[in-house]
Amino acid sequence: MISILNVLLGLGVALFGFVLQTSVGGINRKVVARLQKRRGPKWYQEFLDIFKLLSKRAISHGWVFDFGVIMALGGIIATAMFMPVTNNIIAFEGYDNFFIFVYLIAVGMLGMAMSASGSGNPLASIGVMRALTTMLAYEIPFMLIVLTIIKLSGTSSVSGIAAFQQMSNHNWFAIALPLGFIVSVLSLMGMLGKKPFETYIAPAEIASGPMVEYGGKQLGMLFIMHEITIFIEVSLFVHLFLGGAENIAIFLVKYFLVYTVVNLISNVNGRFKIDQVVTFFYKWPLFLAVVQVIIAVYLGWVIL
Amino acid sequence: MKSTKFSPMTNEQIDRKWWEIGDFFRRNSLWMLMYCTGCCAIELPPAMTSAYDMERLGMGPMATPRQADVLLVTGYLSLKTLRRLIYSYEQMSEPKYIVGFGSCTINGGIYHDSHAVINQLDQYIPVDVYVAGCMPNTEAVMNGFIDLMELIKSKKADGWKRYEKNNAWYKKNQLDALGSVEVKDEFHQ
Repeated sequence: MISILNVLLGLGVALFGFVLQTSVGGINRKVVARLQKRRGPKWYQEFLDIFKLLSKRAISHGWVFDFGVIMALGGIIATAMFMPVTNNIIAFEGYDNFFIFVYLIAVGMLGMAMSASGSGNPLASIGVMRALTTMLAYEIPFMLIVLTIIKLSGTSSVSGIAAFQQMSNHNWFAIALPLGFIVSVLSLMGMLGKKPFETYIAPAEIASGPMVEYGGKQLGMLFIMHEITIFIEVSLFVHLFLGGAENIAIFLVKYFLVYTVVNLISNVNGRFKIDQVVTFFYKWPLFLAVVQVIIAVYLGWVIL
Repeated sequence: MKSTKFSPMTNEQIDRKWWEIGDFFRRNSLWMLMYCTGCCAIELPPAMTSAYDMERLGMGPMATPRQADVLLVTGYLSLKTLRRLIYSYEQMSEPKYIVGFGSCTINGGIYHDSHAVINQLDQYIPVDVYVAGCMPNTEAVMNGFIDLMELIKSKKADGWKRYEKNNAWYKKNQLDALGSVEVKDEFHQ
């Protein structure tokens, strides 16, 4: 039975995700600054950036431009409402199927694509096209691994998969499927738009891609949407591969570690061209994923 | 004894409060659009990288005028680049600020007698902070940014309001120097 309390809890999860990812993002800016022998900004700098953007005056490029931004933010908040945080904190029990996230996250992405195309800037169209191409590249190896996990655990519920890994005689899927773990880390970097796969943002090449015409309030809303998207993707990774979380502290530690490690890898890399991104994902990750599927599903060699 | 009776704020007072809160966010998160056509641009890499680390003030480079708050005009401006500068400035979302680098933006500097270079930037677009020197030290550049933050705090960085108020005067100066402000090249047809 779904009551108003579930909806409130779901909105709370989305808000929690925004605050968590914005703080972790700010701390990561400090981490990266230390990597480059700098001091870095304050840890709450990302909050300042977002609230500053919301306080600025904005211009519009037509109603598709404005509506797309609202649709992107709304779609992503709706996706985050289904996300299980720990074993006990789930807003909609039994509705946290993996495929719900796959379908709902597309609403936000399509909203952003629609809005960016509505601005009429050719660089925005190039950025959207590159984002969709990158999505096509990383999703095939990632889906192969996730389908393997669903086959092994016998459920496609995200919290169910996490509970399966927490059983006493089971390992995390990061250990059970080592090749799949490598593939999923690479795919996660593609999802988050981190450096080697940052092609669709590329500030020096296509002037930050889809965001090229945004300023002021619309850009602020897109930043909030971006933070919640990262929260969804990283927590999906934590639940699918790192055994979920028994309580909130374990979740915070795992979340911070995953995001920081990905960010550190990202910051010592250059940027691929779009054809290199596609060739890369269709070469090694896809090969490793297929090998992992054969090993795990057909031969049954899983380190459980 | 001071009265503790609740007195409702007028609309102007509420607006001013909101504006002060907004100014706190705006001065702690200045995003730059770097218009690097002059030689003073060489002072920006040390200011941004580990030597002076501009990011600790919350500043960072941005890719497009729409996203930026501060326009950095680094050095001399030829008439051709002035057109593009005016275009970029008018695309930025308000509140917006301008920092002029070097003596070229103040009085023409070593190019004061050139036929192709404007002398006073303030005639064409409103400048909030000048960083003097030919070229300015990196310390001076950082100091200029701190000055801009203090101007925002004391509500004196109102160049964008002046541009709105005296728009006719600025437009007349621009037209006198350029003939017409529209950019005519293969990208803007």
